[in-house]
Amino acid sequence: MLIFELSRPGRRNPSQAPRPAPGLNAIPEGWQRKSRPRLPEVSELDAVRHYTNLSRRNFSIDTHFYPLGSCTMKYNPRACNHLAMLPQFLARHPRAPADTGQGFLTCLFELQEMLKEVTGMAAVSLAPMAGAQGEFTGVAMIRAYHMARGDGARTEILVPDAAHGTNPASAVMCGYSVREIPTDAEGNVELAALRAAVGPRTAGLMLTNPSTLGVFERTILDMEKIVHDAGGLLYYDGANLNAILGRVKPADMGFDVMHLNLHKTFATPHGGGGPGAGPVGAAARLQPYLPLPLIVRDGDNYRLADEADLPQSIGRLSAHAGNAGVLLRAYVYARLLGREGLQRVGEFATLNANYLMSELRKAGFEVAFPTRRASHEFSVTLKTLREETGVTAMDVAKRLLDKGFHAPTTYFPLLVAECLLIEPTETESKQTLDAFVQAMREILEEAHREPQLVKSAPHTTPVRRLDEVKAARELDLAWNPA
Amino acid sequence: MPFIPHTEDDIRAMLAAIGVAAIDDLFDEIPAALRGGGLAGVPPGVNEMEITRLMYERAERDGRWLSFIGAGAYEHHIPAAVWQLATRGEFYTSYTPYQAEASQGTLQVLYEYQSMMASLTAMDVTNASLYEGASALAEAVLMAVRIHKSARRVLMPATVNPAYRKVTRSLVRHQGIEIIEVPYCTECGHVIPAALNAYAGKEYAALVIPQTNFFGVLEPADELTAWAKANGVLVIAVANPIALAILRPPGEWGAGGADIVVGDGQPLGAPLSSGGPYFGFMGCRVSHVRQMPGRIVGRTVDVDGRTGYTLTLQAREQHIRRSRATSNICTNQGLMVTAATIYMALLGPDGLARVAQTCHANALKLVQQLTALPGVKRRFSGAVFHECVLQLSAPVADVLHALKAQGILGGLALTQDYPELGDALLVCATETKHDADLERYRENLQRILGRRFRPAPCALKPSL
Repeated sequence: MLIFELSRPGRRNPSQAPRPAPGLNAIPEGWQRKSRPRLPEVSELDAVRHYTNLSRRNFSIDTHFYPLGSCTMKYNPRACNHLAMLPQFLARHPRAPADTGQGFLTCLFELQEMLKEVTGMAAVSLAPMAGAQGEFTGVAMIRAYHMARGDGARTEILVPDAAHGTNPASAVMCGYSVREIPTDAEGNVELAALRAAVGPRTAGLMLTNPSTLGVFERTILDMEKIVHDAGGLLYYDGANLNAILGRVKPADMGFDVMHLNLHKTFATPHGGGGPGAGPVGAAARLQPYLPLPLIVRDGDNYRLADEADLPQSIGRLSAHAGNAGVLLRAYVYARLLGREGLQRVGEFATLNANYLMSELRKAGFEVAFPTRRASHEFSVTLKTLREETGVTAMDVAKRLLDKGFHAPTTYFPLLVAECLLIEPTETESKQTLDAFVQAMREILEEAHREPQLVKSAPHTTPVRRLDEVKAARELDLAWNPA
Repeated sequence: MPFIPHTEDDIRAMLAAIGVAAIDDLFDEIPAALRGGGLAGVPPGVNEMEITRLMYERAERDGRWLSFIGAGAYEHHIPAAVWQLATRGEFYTSYTPYQAEASQGTLQVLYEYQSMMASLTAMDVTNASLYEGASALAEAVLMAVRIHKSARRVLMPATVNPAYRKVTRSLVRHQGIEIIEVPYCTECGHVIPAALNAYAGKEYAALVIPQTNFFGVLEPADELTAWAKANGVLVIAVANPIALAILRPPGEWGAGGADIVVGDGQPLGAPLSSGGPYFGFMGCRVSHVRQMPGRIVGRTVDVDGRTGYTLTLQAREQHIRRSRATSNICTNQGLMVTAATIYMALLGPDGLARVAQTCHANALKLVQQLTALPGVKRRFSGAVFHECVLQLSAPVADVLHALKAQGILGGLALTQDYPELGDALLVCATETKHDADLERYRENLQRILGRRFRPAPCALKPSL
């Protein structure tokens, strides 16, 4: 039932509306709204009950193991939410003067400093709103760097064919054409192909490391040399930073610019699709191009840097300072973990992934890169299962929902047939991982014994498999009273 | 280690199962030169009690202020239920609804949101959010250029929020798109339709029309839309969602209405929070839906004929189309939209209209009281919603500084963005302001300006 179907004309919430008082009205008659917006007319109890019940139709980290590869669904500490929502932080207007927000700005400045340390970069801007915006920023900075040196012939960005879709999309938004580099059988970028692809038109290479396939790019230092020798720059997509957090710094791998996903690595809430935050870090030569604003220190005080401070900045990405409340949550998380805690993240994320990989292999699953270590995630291919039983990765994902687990990422990366990309994260216990392995074992057995059970899953969720073709063909995107 | 549950026994058993001696061995594919190097620059971890104390101190240091600043972010009462519900773990810690059957909560909320927003803006369809208002405008410009197919020039009034204009330039300039600034009338505070005659004869993909504009003034949107339609130019409306409760919405503007609507949804349940997280909304005519960026939820049925909701038209998006996607956007502002949906459900059409009316009435009251003071004049003649530009006879920075000493944030000085206006102050009053708040502003401003009007002590000493 939709909230609109619970509505009754005339039902109101008097305690939520301002007191009626004879008020001034100077809106010209012709501009006054005549049509009534179709918003629900429900009691507060109706609304609370409706949205509470809707929430219970969701899987979430708080309710289920959620091994979505590349999304890093780790526990979101409640303290982060509580402290970011302290009333004074919530009440502050973005255009209020800096001296009314020194507490807030101190938190953000310290976050900038911690992210510099974690990434090894010379400078950090917290402005981008999510990873994709961080990628746009980094590529725009690369472009600004080349243009400032009169190097306008560099029109190509190189991207592995296994890259996340946001990489080529971001490059195109910056006016570049995209050239894909193939991956070898061991899951790494083909060095020979990279060597052949670089040249005077190369602006840069965008890379995730560990890659989207879940394995470390072992030849990163060779790749770095190839691209830099050709005059290109290196962009690091930080989506998989959880694998190496505290162990390896992107700057040490030779990257010139990068983004982090705070809603992954720094445990800010995924929120059903955001808000995230995608801070960018830059090596010294790209520092002048960072997006505004940054937090800078003036003696004992902090303020937001502006165009006068950074005249070569690629500009602003949003009206204010980014997803400020998300940044505060990341700050609290980083302080709770501290030096030792952050150093352990990569270790335990990797331990959990390798344990899960080895247990699933023992249970009879085929790992995509059997000779490789798992990073914080790994890919399983169900290609053989499909050949033998007709059961696909999609079917297994849906059956996992019946077993009480959110499915891993499916059909990404595109290079692995019938792919499940599995990322447990460091906050899951061995018991949870063992329970997941048990569920997978059961599904494998069902696939052989009674494939229809798996192919028609899920059976126990609020809805069963949805007709997506109908959704796209017979567009129903907004409720209308019929 | 915080949030890492492993006991020594667990670690031992797991290492044995994998067949390695130590966790270090799992990193053996990484060149040794890259490994190690600790995080010396990060302070040691603190426990929850310690960080709580620190954050309370910092929050108390920032304090609370009586604020009359608008300028694109607005203080509204947010019902307690909004964030109590939105921070339920099932909403807060779920992710993009890729497995629709496991995400019917989020998907239905988004469908309800799309429905409410489409009606509020009087457009056919809306998406499930962009980051915020300024980048939403940039996406609308890119969308209009794609739809128009030939022109790569867009007309942008100077009355559009300056931050929105800056952001749009940053985001679209790499694609060879030119933003042409349209001047405004400094007497009435809005664009004069006749001024558009200067652009006849050239091709433009879109005309941006803010309603209300950055000055709080109503634009002659019907005439501007008519000009656009007559000249083959798409109309991008930039709207305030609270104002839409009592203002004729962009879908009902003259000549068939706007083609694309964007704005910032912050007023619908997002706290000010130093600028974010907010969310961008975008709506359009159904004929353009395949060019609209962002996630879109559709209603359908499952195998048993039960109604269900799913992400749809995904072929527009980066995970399918990659370099040919409408936008690179992936994670958006889902939780803020959840909050906005709950907010709109709690207020309903009459509650939202009451909020808008009260904002409008309070702003008029404030302006009446302040302009009764010598040295304060209303700058523009145009009708306003809940913000207004005042012309001061004293340096606006000094006035704001003196007001701040009394705990009052008097508004936004326009000297940086609109130097042609001199000592101009953009003030806003929402439904959160009481008569006592307005009186406090008035009496302090009177005192501050009064100091300047006291005659100076006589410079001449009496001669004997």
